[in-house]
Amino acid sequence: MPHPPGGRGRERPDGARGAGSLPAVPERLAVVDVEGVHKTFRVPKQHVMTLKERALHPFRRVEVDELHALRDVSCQVLGGEFFGIVGRNGSGKSTLLKCLAGIYRADAGRIRIAGRLSPFIELGVGFHSDLTALDNVVLNGVMMGLTPSQARARFDEVIAFAELEEHVDLKLKNYSSGMQVRLAFAVMVQSDAEVLLIDEVLAVGDAAFQQKCFNVFHRLRDEGRTIVLVTHDMLAVERFCHRAMLLDAGRVVQVGAPAEVGRRYLELNFQRRRDEAAELTHAGASSGATVRAIWVEDDAGRRVESCAHGEFATIAVAVEAHQRLEDPEVHLSLENDDGLRVFATTSGQAGEAPGALEAGERMEMRVRARMSVQTGRYGLNASVHRGGAELVTYRGRGCELVVFGTEPHAGLVELEHTVQARREREPVRR
Amino acid sequence: MSTPAAVSPAARTIRGPSAFGGTFKRFADLTWMIGLTQYRLTYFGSALGYLWALMRPLLLFGVLYVVFSQIVKFGDGIRNYPVLLLLNIVLFNFFTEATGRSVMAVVENEGLVRKMHFPRMVIPLSTVLTAALNLVLSLVAVMVFVAAYGVDPRVEWLLLPVLLVPLVAMTAAVAMLLSSLYVRFRDVAPIWSVVSLALFYGSPVLYAIDSVPEGYQRAVLCNPLAFLLEQGRQWVVDPSARGAVEAIGGPGWALVPLAVGLAVCALGVWVFEREAPRIAERL
Repeated sequence: MPHPPGGRGRERPDGARGAGSLPAVPERLAVVDVEGVHKTFRVPKQHVMTLKERALHPFRRVEVDELHALRDVSCQVLGGEFFGIVGRNGSGKSTLLKCLAGIYRADAGRIRIAGRLSPFIELGVGFHSDLTALDNVVLNGVMMGLTPSQARARFDEVIAFAELEEHVDLKLKNYSSGMQVRLAFAVMVQSDAEVLLIDEVLAVGDAAFQQKCFNVFHRLRDEGRTIVLVTHDMLAVERFCHRAMLLDAGRVVQVGAPAEVGRRYLELNFQRRRDEAAELTHAGASSGATVRAIWVEDDAGRRVESCAHGEFATIAVAVEAHQRLEDPEVHLSLENDDGLRVFATTSGQAGEAPGALEAGERMEMRVRARMSVQTGRYGLNASVHRGGAELVTYRGRGCELVVFGTEPHAGLVELEHTVQARREREPVRR
Repeated sequence: MSTPAAVSPAARTIRGPSAFGGTFKRFADLTWMIGLTQYRLTYFGSALGYLWALMRPLLLFGVLYVVFSQIVKFGDGIRNYPVLLLLNIVLFNFFTEATGRSVMAVVENEGLVRKMHFPRMVIPLSTVLTAALNLVLSLVAVMVFVAAYGVDPRVEWLLLPVLLVPLVAMTAAVAMLLSSLYVRFRDVAPIWSVVSLALFYGSPVLYAIDSVPEGYQRAVLCNPLAFLLEQGRQWVVDPSARGAVEAIGGPGWALVPLAVGLAVCALGVWVFEREAPRIAERL
């Protein structure tokens, strides 16, 4: 929860319940008003369409898949509010933002926005690597609605914010990627738009840069700018947003306090995962065994959904056999959000074999490991094999584990390591 | 959502992207900035920069000149043939370059189109502007060549911009047509490269209208590009030439290329405006 800058005394009676600890919102007028917006994309089934085909088959209707990106979406963002839009990939949140930004045209419904608008769908859109920072900043400023002279006047501030004073005359291609991102972010921050639409810009940059982003978001919020942030990072939402909206399959699921929306989002996610897992395990049900559950415990034996980087945690897998299972072996793997398998082990490592399982008999595998993996979200997969090889059943993402930490861990895993560094005083003789 | 709040009276409806939209000032600023940037990137990126931009039509001119006036003896009956050839090449080169680049313009600027809000018409127009800046500088070189060749300077030279206005307008219209159609139909690119080659030989670039058999002259001049080139010949290169209006058979007939030109312009604007709102989705 964001801390109010002494805002408790000014709390308004009309403030939404649950938002009591938030800084008082300066105006209660809606500056963004979305009413019943629909958006459908028509994707032709034959992808490549040419004039030749059109000429050869003038009457053939092109078959299209209709993709309902937004269905009857309505919401309001009040003046000075920090409003989060969350949802899974493909839930329509970016489409909504693009409709707000005037990049896509809504099929139905009405969108109204008061005040100067700056969309930031991506950092550094329209940057040319062959131009200097000055040219790029001016060009970008004009793209965002400034006049060329305004954009030039703002240049010094932008460069100061990006801490690039010494490299003003370099072409952008000579900048490191970090410098480019800093420049792009500075351009964004220095735009004096009253309504900012921001899409996942936090996804880029290193931890230090993200920290800077967070600081800027705090500042912008305290300045009373209206910000709409699209993200799937619930932590960011709970940290900054006054209110949030959850979209799923193009529909509004919930609008409300960030914590509540976050909880609903997690539920939705898990429910979907469970459905998917159920589908996957369904095939296995007839084949002799199911993975009944996967969970994580801390060293005190409590079930947890998260653990600190570098701490020990125990992953448990419960398996039930439906028919006699010779030499059962349970495989467990940990995959990150990109689907990369970070760690895997099998019950075969346990030393003593548990022997054959009879129908109805259960087996539990426990793996205690130090979670020296990159901070982030992980999915746990388990499978049961017969005779050491043949797959009996599989359960994908039967459980999720969030590994958190304060330090940035750049690598996927932290290896046990020691570091030595010393200066070579004399050339090595052979 | 609980009870809806009152909407700020300053709110305006967001209608999505369009071909124009926004103030004229912003539209002009954007077109100018993007066109100028493209121009600098294209012509001043390399070491010799602008020299190359100038060299290309000059080299093409050199080749065509040797072939058509020394080998094929094409220009024998035409007064000041080398000057005519150079002027025509520079003017036509503008048309091919601008339209050729515009085919890919929207697709190449996908990042901007999908992530920024701005009047879509800026994209083909800035492409044409880039080529137009190049045209102006080339014309300066052409006029130097014309004077050096020994054509007497005349007041009619000042009428050259009168030719450029319809030329640029038509080029822009074709650019709008191509850039928006390419998003839907990817074979616009090869088709256009053939069509523009046909236009090159179908217009009096390498020859003058007098070389065309009598019966076909009028048909050739119905092409507005041919009409403009032929008029340029009378004004700049050869005052004794008939002039396009006379060659086509009087002012009445001159309305045909005018109508064709206006139709192309209207078609270009109409198609682009129709496509603009959804062009970002189709990329």
